[in-house]
Amino acid sequence: MNWIDICSVTDIPLRGARIVKTAVGCVAVFRTSDNEVFATSNRCPHKGGPLSEGIVHGKAVTCPLHNWVFSLETGKAQGPDEGQIATFATQIIEDRVLLDASELATGVAAE
Amino acid sequence: MTQKLIIIGAGMAAGRALEHLFEEAPDTYDVTLFNAEPRGTYNRIMLSPVLSGDKSFDEIVTHSAEWYEGKGVTTRFGEKVVNIDRSAQTVTSDSGDILAYDKLIIATGSTPFIIPLPGHDLDGVIAYRDLEDTNAMISLGDEPDAKAVVIGGGLLGLEAAAGLALRGVDVTVVHIMGHLMERQLDDAAGYLLRKALVNKGISVKCSANSKEILGEDGKVKALILDDGTELPCNLLVMAVGIRPSVALAAEAGLATGRGIHVDDQMVTSDENILSLGECVEHNGNVFGLVAPIFDQAKVIAKTLIGEEAVFENKEVATKLKVTGCDLFSAGDFAEGEGHEDIVYRDPARGVYKRLVIKNNRIVGVVMYGDTADGNWFFGLIKDREDISEMRDTLIFGPAFQGGSPLDPMAAVAALPADAEICGCNGVCKGQIEDAIGNGATTLDDIKATTKASASCGTCTNLVEQVLAVTLGDDFIVPAAKSVCGCTDLTHEDVRRLIKSKQLKSQPAVWQELGWTTSNGCHVCRPAINYYLLADWPLEYQDDAQSRFVNERNHANIQKDGTYSVVPRMWGGITTPDELRAIANAADKFDIPTVKVTGGQRIDLLGVKKEDLPAIWFDLNQAGLVSGHAYSKGLRTVKTCVGSDHCRFGTQDSTGLGVKLEKHMWGSWTPHKLKLGVSGCPRNCAEATCKDIGVICVDSGYEISVAGAAGMEVKETQFLCKVATEEEAMEVISAMTQIYRENAKYLDRIWKWVDKVGLDWVKEQVVEDLETRQALAERFEISQSVYRTDPWAEHASKKSEIYQPVANLALEAAE
Repeated sequence: MNWIDICSVTDIPLRGARIVKTAVGCVAVFRTSDNEVFATSNRCPHKGGPLSEGIVHGKAVTCPLHNWVFSLETGKAQGPDEGQIATFATQIIEDRVLLDASELATGVAAE
Repeated sequence: MTQKLIIIGAGMAAGRALEHLFEEAPDTYDVTLFNAEPRGTYNRIMLSPVLSGDKSFDEIVTHSAEWYEGKGVTTRFGEKVVNIDRSAQTVTSDSGDILAYDKLIIATGSTPFIIPLPGHDLDGVIAYRDLEDTNAMISLGDEPDAKAVVIGGGLLGLEAAAGLALRGVDVTVVHIMGHLMERQLDDAAGYLLRKALVNKGISVKCSANSKEILGEDGKVKALILDDGTELPCNLLVMAVGIRPSVALAAEAGLATGRGIHVDDQMVTSDENILSLGECVEHNGNVFGLVAPIFDQAKVIAKTLIGEEAVFENKEVATKLKVTGCDLFSAGDFAEGEGHEDIVYRDPARGVYKRLVIKNNRIVGVVMYGDTADGNWFFGLIKDREDISEMRDTLIFGPAFQGGSPLDPMAAVAALPADAEICGCNGVCKGQIEDAIGNGATTLDDIKATTKASASCGTCTNLVEQVLAVTLGDDFIVPAAKSVCGCTDLTHEDVRRLIKSKQLKSQPAVWQELGWTTSNGCHVCRPAINYYLLADWPLEYQDDAQSRFVNERNHANIQKDGTYSVVPRMWGGITTPDELRAIANAADKFDIPTVKVTGGQRIDLLGVKKEDLPAIWFDLNQAGLVSGHAYSKGLRTVKTCVGSDHCRFGTQDSTGLGVKLEKHMWGSWTPHKLKLGVSGCPRNCAEATCKDIGVICVDSGYEISVAGAAGMEVKETQFLCKVATEEEAMEVISAMTQIYRENAKYLDRIWKWVDKVGLDWVKEQVVEDLETRQALAERFEISQSVYRTDPWAEHASKKSEIYQPVANLALEAAE
């Protein structure tokens, strides 16, 4: 584990997302209504839509291109669609958001 | 040589038979059609909705006089046939005319049975059979304190009673049997039905025997029962049954019993005379339901053109709706030896279901309150399916068999292709699926191609469910739909409640209106956000996170994740400086595509998200602001050059367009809003297919609304004509505001006007000057907040959110 400081929780809009560029592609970091933070691949497996631009509701995000809905916890597509996005571990320590750099370097985020 | 065909009676059976005949062989016969009623064919089953006011008579006409004329039929409506001379092959009408026939069809239908009580011939004693009876009941509703008695607690009597009650008449139903509709329902379901009717204010007397009808001045006054009860009434409806009308046939010497005897080809005992409908008797059966009669119509058409066809009497289930109560019955549900019952009751919901089982097969079913599974049970009866395997869960319907999950659509999905959906027209599920396969996508398409749900309409829901199951998301059930899965409320409900309960934040809406999710979903959030900012412009803070990406980022996302940027060109007017700034920005930010739009401005396509604040800053420097090409809001005001340059221009259309755009830019609306102003009726700005269009004429400005030029193409409808620019501005502001305050999110003006009607809009915006002014003032209050450039704000204050929050790629590279 190699936790690194990414940003403050409040840098991410409430019920919104920001992206983190990594060597293996963009990771979307979401902040839910309850101030939980989740990190997933930014790319929708359907047509490559930027998930960080989607509407965040509950612990889910809706892709802005064709309304696929993904669970931020499991990365699984909800409802009738079938698909999976990579999810990454996050930590919040004293209002700072941390991601595990070693996990981000393994390449699972490339999708 | 064409043969002469005479038909006596233009009821539903005759209408349907002729339809088939003309489809098969349009020119075989020279047809003359007699009808005792002075009109063409209408759907008799639908007289009840006419009585209750849900439909007009015109809506239930199936074959008008014009339709018959178009097919070359000689119509003799209002004329009775009084004699048939079989040896001469002629008929004689009550006007004395004698007409010869080669083939004759008797379709005289049935006659309502009038109990020969003392006083049955008084004025105000009617049956419930035709339009005249219906009109008599309707006009009773106009009289104050009107009272009516209906004798007969069968389907027809109850529909008469329910319709009269809806018209405000005090109604009592008198029924001789122990419970209502005893032929279709058992006593438990009859009890529930009675309770529902009593709750609607209808008095019900069962086991009641009528004795005498009292009159006064030749007019009905009261009904006396044999226990002495006196029931005062201004109208007495006898709905105790019908009898096949056989008199004419019997006098002509044809074989008759209860009805006119016919064989499998619908031919009577005379080879040149055929018969069908409620007047016939086939293998000992007479007919009252539409489905077998429509089968007869098919057969009779074949027989007439010399093709072989056989009429078979199939078992029919009864699915009825009486005054909003769903009923279903089929098969044999009487108590009997070896009959076992499975019964389900839910008293609070008023649901009753009973299956009658014999030798592990369902032989009968009665359902009340929830009849969704009726057709599935009926299928099991018809197919004589062995149910012992699923007996434990049988009563819960198909959704619970074989462990399939609970889904309201599952019952319909589980129906086999030969399951009958429309009993009236004998249409099964497979035929509807075929029609969908051939391109039908709406209920109307299905009606037009298969006739399913085109008669009594009780299967409409079922047809819609088949559409939904087959088409999936492509089919939208036309009934009132909830906003999304988070709530059962419709958009209209939510808009009303936001105003009436003064809800001014999204959490207030979610809490007070009982949202089932913690904070909505991608469907409701943008809608609620819009409703709140439209209703509370000064109090509510627009929530960017409830916006679609385009509106949040003030640019249109493209399929590759880049954005397009469209600066505003007021009324389509630009300057060399603006064009230079656009050209410079295109160079500086490496814009791959520069396109002129249909809205008279320039689109820069392929901008990276990180570059958006910078390109906006550059454009702002040249005075260019957001064109809102991404918004459900004011897009463009398209203009022509007008009187400034054009030799035909009548007014300064460009000037008015610029003024309108400067007045309205930045406003949010339920869907996008595009305007056009043309300087003369040559209409170079294409104003008559915009949401709001203005055509300048010498004497002023013609304003029209509700045009479209997208998936739908629609010409605008005239709203009003005004003399001055100021008035035009006020009308257009008021029009925009009334649309903003009332329409459902994502309805364009044309769609919304279709729902509320242009007349209503005109009353508010054109005729009532105070309302117009108040609307325009409220638009201005909203504009005091929103008439601003979001690009400038984002470029100066929010540019950081357009950048990645961190860049680990660089660190890794180091």
